[in-house]
Amino acid sequence: MRTEGVRGVVADAALVAGKDLRLERRSKVGLSQVLPFALLVILLFAFALDPDRRVLGAATPGLYWMVVLFSAVLAVQRSFGVEGEDDVLDALRLSGLSAPGIFLGKVAALMVQLLALEFVLAIAVAVFYGTEISGILLLVGVTTTATVGIAAAGGTYGGLVARIRGRDTLLPLLLLPLLAPVLISATRGTEVALGRDAGPGWPWVGLLGIFGAVYLTLGALLFRPLLEDA
Amino acid sequence: MTTTTTQAASDRRVAPTSTSSTATRVLGISSVVGLALLVIFGVFVSPPDAELGQTIRILYMHVPTVSVAYLAFLITAVGSAMYLWKRTEFWDLLAASAAEIGVVFFGLTILNGMLWGKITWGVFWRWEPRLTTTAVLLLTYLGYLAVRAIPADPRTRATRSAAIGLLAVVNIPIVHKAVDWWRGLHQERTIFGTTKPEIQGTQAFAAYLGLAVFLLLFAWLLIHRFRVAFLAERAAESGLGAAIAERRQEASESSATAVSHSEGDR
Repeated sequence: MRTEGVRGVVADAALVAGKDLRLERRSKVGLSQVLPFALLVILLFAFALDPDRRVLGAATPGLYWMVVLFSAVLAVQRSFGVEGEDDVLDALRLSGLSAPGIFLGKVAALMVQLLALEFVLAIAVAVFYGTEISGILLLVGVTTTATVGIAAAGGTYGGLVARIRGRDTLLPLLLLPLLAPVLISATRGTEVALGRDAGPGWPWVGLLGIFGAVYLTLGALLFRPLLEDA
Repeated sequence: MTTTTTQAASDRRVAPTSTSSTATRVLGISSVVGLALLVIFGVFVSPPDAELGQTIRILYMHVPTVSVAYLAFLITAVGSAMYLWKRTEFWDLLAASAAEIGVVFFGLTILNGMLWGKITWGVFWRWEPRLTTTAVLLLTYLGYLAVRAIPADPRTRATRSAAIGLLAVVNIPIVHKAVDWWRGLHQERTIFGTTKPEIQGTQAFAAYLGLAVFLLLFAWLLIHRFRVAFLAERAAESGLGAAIAERRQEASESSATAVSHSEGDR
């Protein structure tokens, strides 16, 4: 018998997140496609901006978060691509799982994948762009809150476009403008952490936290109508 | 059959056959006369500002267009929330109509902001906080319109767009804050942001007239756009009904022919 209330939602979320991560572990799409794509873009930015360290160095935080956003679009497409086929979303609905539970589970799985990607990318940026990583505490704060926001907004829009035939072109158009404040805040926060900017860094974390909390709540509330009618 | 006929008749009685009514005619005439007055007062009668000079005249259009756009997106958000609650066509079409007009007014805001920029900075675009915010939000609402343009049954389309209408409006203050902090690092002369012109006399009159005229214009466009959307829905429904009736007719004709053929064979 299923547990009701908050504990039920958390249990459902854990089930869905476990399922998504298991799928990822077996298919290795993230590892074999999304991660190489992200590394490729890191390389392409260096070609576009000349390996002159000054240009590349100054732009590193922004480029890093741009790569994260592009990769996040791919990860969201993948996460909901598997649900959109063969009416799996309907099956999830009929399985008796709560809609907020499904949403939070998908977001949690996305977060785990994105955090892993961000970790590898940070090492790549340190190696290729010669970035010295400093201000670890602030960096962790920025990365965690930004990832919550990206995954929450991505999860909501992923659910929204899952059944649309042209979802691959539609998702970036919907998601990227919404994530504009995340890009601004995460980039500035990272600049402060890396010592490139003297301003305070924690207000950016606060703004990212608000973004994440707002879209987690909205997504959890909107997921039932989206699952049923969209 | 009788029920369907009665319902169709009552639908025809309720559904308007055009988007115009006495109220919209009055609104339309008032908007056009108001716009003419605004041009006279804003461009010819009112004097230039001591600080902003002639560029203050752009303010008489810029402030109304951006205010009306935000009002439109607020209506979209309210319509979206109400749709998810009440599930009625009215709220869905209201939200969609307001979003479309909001996008047009946001486009105008960016255009007149860029004209101001060309005069003040010598270039059309600088990453000025208000213009940047407007550009980001414009793209957000273009996504809303893109989703509405995807063929889907009305309930699906309405649910998708209601979700976007709500997600987008919540982002407005967050985008504002992020862009403000970001550009706050290198503060420059912002569009009517740092300078608060002491407007009085004909200048104040032109400013308030601009706001009133654009509100009238918005109401006029919104009513018409809503009615067009409503009629489009009815046309789609009757088109579907007619197509079904046609197919049924064809089917009964072909079965009648088949029967007469088989009788002839006998």
